[in-house]
Amino acid sequence: MSVTYIDAIREAQETLLREDPRVFLYGQDISAFGGAFKATKGLADAFPNRVFDCPISEDAMIGLAVGAAIEGMRPIIEMQFADFSSIAFNQIVNQAATHFYRTGMPIPITVRLPSGGTPGSGPFHSQSMEGIYAQYPGLVVVTPATVSDAYHMLIDSVKLDDPVLYCEHKFLYRWLKSKKINGEHLPIGKARIARPGKHATVVTYSAMVHEAVRAADRLQADGWEIEVVDLRSVKPLDLDTVLASVARTGRLLALGEAFPWGGVTAEVVAKVTEEGFHLLDAPPQRLNARDTPVPYHPKLWAAHRPTPESICEALRKLLSF
Amino acid sequence: MSADGEFLRSVFKSMLRGRILENKLSSLYKAGKIVGGVYLGKGQEAVSASLGASLVQGKDCFAPLIRDQAGRTAFGEPLIDCTRTYLGSVEGPMKGRDGNIHRGRPEMGMPAMISHLGAQVPLIAGMLFAKRLKGTLDGCVGATSVGDGATSTGAFHEGLNLAAVEHLPLVIVVANNQFAYSTPNTRQFACEDLVDRAKGYGVGGHSVDGTDLLACASVIGGAVRLAREGGGPQMVVANLLRLGGHGEHDDGSYVPDSERNGKYGRDCIEVAIRQLAEGGIATVEEMAVWQDEISEEVQRAVAQAQQEPLPDPYKENWTALSTRFPISAE
Repeated sequence: MSVTYIDAIREAQETLLREDPRVFLYGQDISAFGGAFKATKGLADAFPNRVFDCPISEDAMIGLAVGAAIEGMRPIIEMQFADFSSIAFNQIVNQAATHFYRTGMPIPITVRLPSGGTPGSGPFHSQSMEGIYAQYPGLVVVTPATVSDAYHMLIDSVKLDDPVLYCEHKFLYRWLKSKKINGEHLPIGKARIARPGKHATVVTYSAMVHEAVRAADRLQADGWEIEVVDLRSVKPLDLDTVLASVARTGRLLALGEAFPWGGVTAEVVAKVTEEGFHLLDAPPQRLNARDTPVPYHPKLWAAHRPTPESICEALRKLLSF
Repeated sequence: MSADGEFLRSVFKSMLRGRILENKLSSLYKAGKIVGGVYLGKGQEAVSASLGASLVQGKDCFAPLIRDQAGRTAFGEPLIDCTRTYLGSVEGPMKGRDGNIHRGRPEMGMPAMISHLGAQVPLIAGMLFAKRLKGTLDGCVGATSVGDGATSTGAFHEGLNLAAVEHLPLVIVVANNQFAYSTPNTRQFACEDLVDRAKGYGVGGHSVDGTDLLACASVIGGAVRLAREGGGPQMVVANLLRLGGHGEHDDGSYVPDSERNGKYGRDCIEVAIRQLAEGGIATVEEMAVWQDEISEEVQRAVAQAQQEPLPDPYKENWTALSTRFPISAE
């Protein structure tokens, strides 16, 4: 028996519904149908009047969640695709994110964002929005890369009193499996060393953790030991773990699947340069997706995002400085 | 005094509180004592107060908009919340972090508006939805105000449609004051009458002359009652004219004389005084006493707020999250 990444998301929601009467699920096609990706399969049956289909109204979905949170509930909102959260942008960044600072009342909502590319998904079903939301004060943005993190970070997101954007990677849904969900886990805000090394550090998150580990495995043949840091949450960003790794290796590659202008990788490089300039033996590097919409065709898509090949190339350049 | 008479007296007092307080805010603004915008509800008090007075604080919820001083007062917001927020007192509900009409007390069922129009419609729907899940919805109403301009937003449409799908006891009052900032209704919507949209949403639709206290109290009060009794969402379109600019920075000179002298150009306070006197609900002398009493209340609220400390950037807690990171591992 194994557990997939999406099983973990479903399990977490089941646990939350069972243990916390304040939790309810609200989203498009999530009730009897079980969600576009089946992340809520069977939950409407198991928890009557706790799992609701809603109109195609992303703005109103988040508006409703904020209102419900004011009334003491802990809603989990499923965006069918992260891309569609652009319609809810106002409610997320202006209503939910500003509420605690303005009024002193926190807004404990969790917005699930099925994120990232998969072959054939194209420009409007592939986006990685974490950098955009992380820019705004008042939001927590998490990006689980493992089955256990998918489970525990969703539980922890709902327990947090602040609004959380839970970025779940669609490519990992069924591809990523684990024997079981680990009992032990790190809290939100702590990064993890996904693979230890000593010659260079790759700081990344979400699906790119696995691409980075693949690249590191390839470079192992040439004698390079690459450390991979999985940020887990991009906001807050665990700079201590990142700096400790860079202190060991002296070299930094910040890797992400989002568009290249600004974003998480730029923030990582900026922070390391500010706080750890003396630790660096080479100019820090960034590797992101290309600066075009995410293309539809699998051949184009595979070359749009970073790949083990392009990561190896970036690392060789970094190591040869 | 009949129950209706008592209700009308309380609505009128809230109208007066709104008008007198706002006149004072206008003077303070012109004297340079208020930083940022000042947005008044002049001409809309009968609508706003009728809504606020039809709601029960502690049970109902109310998301006011920028021209709802009278309705806020009727719902139970103390005047000092207004003066503290406009004058930046750190004792106010927003502590200088937000200003003017962007204030609220979500814990008392009155969320703080954001500037993005229509955004409070789904939020109030969410408060009602939560009450239903908690089993406390019976007999409750949620209300919000918008203007003619907000009816063009996606948020208004999404929110009202959602409330209708969920059959929530939501009352939306559209103060159709003919202008969104400077844009006339001819550039805002093409339907003959906004109330016709109610049918499209599957909600109750009501029209009222927003300058007429008796009509507002009856129609808005009636819409609230229908929602409370399980009739689902109700939309009231109150037709009136904004008797001023968009804010005090704006003289509203784009409003043509034909509108100012038209049927909605009359002042709802003057109409109300006449109606209450003629109906034997309040005497002119009595109403003059109320006016004096409220003027003193307003003076006290301004004086108190002016004496209070302003926010201090060195003492400010500069965090937008309630969670303190890092969280220690379990």
